[in-house]
Amino acid sequence: MGILSSTVSITRYRVDGKIEAPVLESITTGLAKNAIAEIDDEASEKSVGWTSLENPFRPDFSGSSFVIGAYLVFSLRIDKKTIPAKIVKKHHQIALARRMTDTGRDHLTKSEKQEIKEGVIQGLSMRIPATPNVFDVLWNIEGRSLWFYSTQKAANEELETLFAKSFKCNLIRLFPYTVAELAAGLSDAERDALATLTPTRFAE
Amino acid sequence: MLDIAVAYNRYAFLGYEFLTWLWFVVEKDRDFLAAIEPEMTTLGLGNRVVLENRIQEAIESITIKGDDAGLEEGLLALRKGAVVTELNLVYRIGEQEWRITVKGESFNITNLKTPEIGAIETREDIEGFLLEKVYLYEKIVRLIDKLYAGFLRHRLSADWNKRVLPLLKQWIHE
Repeated sequence: MGILSSTVSITRYRVDGKIEAPVLESITTGLAKNAIAEIDDEASEKSVGWTSLENPFRPDFSGSSFVIGAYLVFSLRIDKKTIPAKIVKKHHQIALARRMTDTGRDHLTKSEKQEIKEGVIQGLSMRIPATPNVFDVLWNIEGRSLWFYSTQKAANEELETLFAKSFKCNLIRLFPYTVAELAAGLSDAERDALATLTPTRFAE
Repeated sequence: MLDIAVAYNRYAFLGYEFLTWLWFVVEKDRDFLAAIEPEMTTLGLGNRVVLENRIQEAIESITIKGDDAGLEEGLLALRKGAVVTELNLVYRIGEQEWRITVKGESFNITNLKTPEIGAIETREDIEGFLLEKVYLYEKIVRLIDKLYAGFLRHRLSADWNKRVLPLLKQWIHE
């Protein structure tokens, strides 16, 4: 469900910190440096990076193409290879039998079996294409707010990590406490009350 | 400011109380809603309410769903000590309609549907479409923020125990 979908899910963040000036140039560099890397013909099992909203399979951040009005709009892409356990088991058993035939032994040690399994997974990873998942990002620099169009825990964690790495700024999730502290314009007395607040009991 | 991970768990109850209060306001305090957002036509409960009751270590969860679902079960759960953990709302301004689900603990927004806007036919349409969409998203999210700020004003003052809570209890037990 992306930003242009008819139904969306959103996790909201406050951007904590200042982007190095010139801001747009720093952001373009951060996006380009951390753009998604293709792993289809590689042994890697996962790749996480930024991509373009309009063309998520050919990231391009040139010419400030990700600037729309007062917003920066781009996407986080997470590519993951999932090898079914039964395929790993099949190829593992074939490889174990081959090793025993080649060496003329009737037994392999635990570490040999593990080493062979790792080799099998690596080999299969080269042959299996990664499944891409794309999550849109809407960043309002002036308002220091960022909306991530997913509420999946793992995707949000990847976003927070990659954002900090790319822009040297942290994202603070907006939930009841942080909205109260950062965005509700509380007075000092209200802040003091918040610090000692305990749950209400509605039932009699 | 508290450590974020600590604060998330420590203040989850504040989100639940907000949604519980919001249900009450939607049912009983239209004047408050009108004062918060004068251009609002209506704000009502949608097709999903989730409540949770923590009894010692056990958590009892009650989900009411369906467009014409009766809410008596929800009120009954409130009477037994439950709080609202997830609320679906329908917001209207004139002919325009938004649907949104807010989760109390995280303030995550799910199933957000904005009023219909024109379709994207060419590449050039994307920018205008996106800006209109974002405007519509912001409109409902800003409303939720204003309602939460209004809730906090009550919750963090003596007004909560003196005036709001007795009215809320009266609604729950009436």
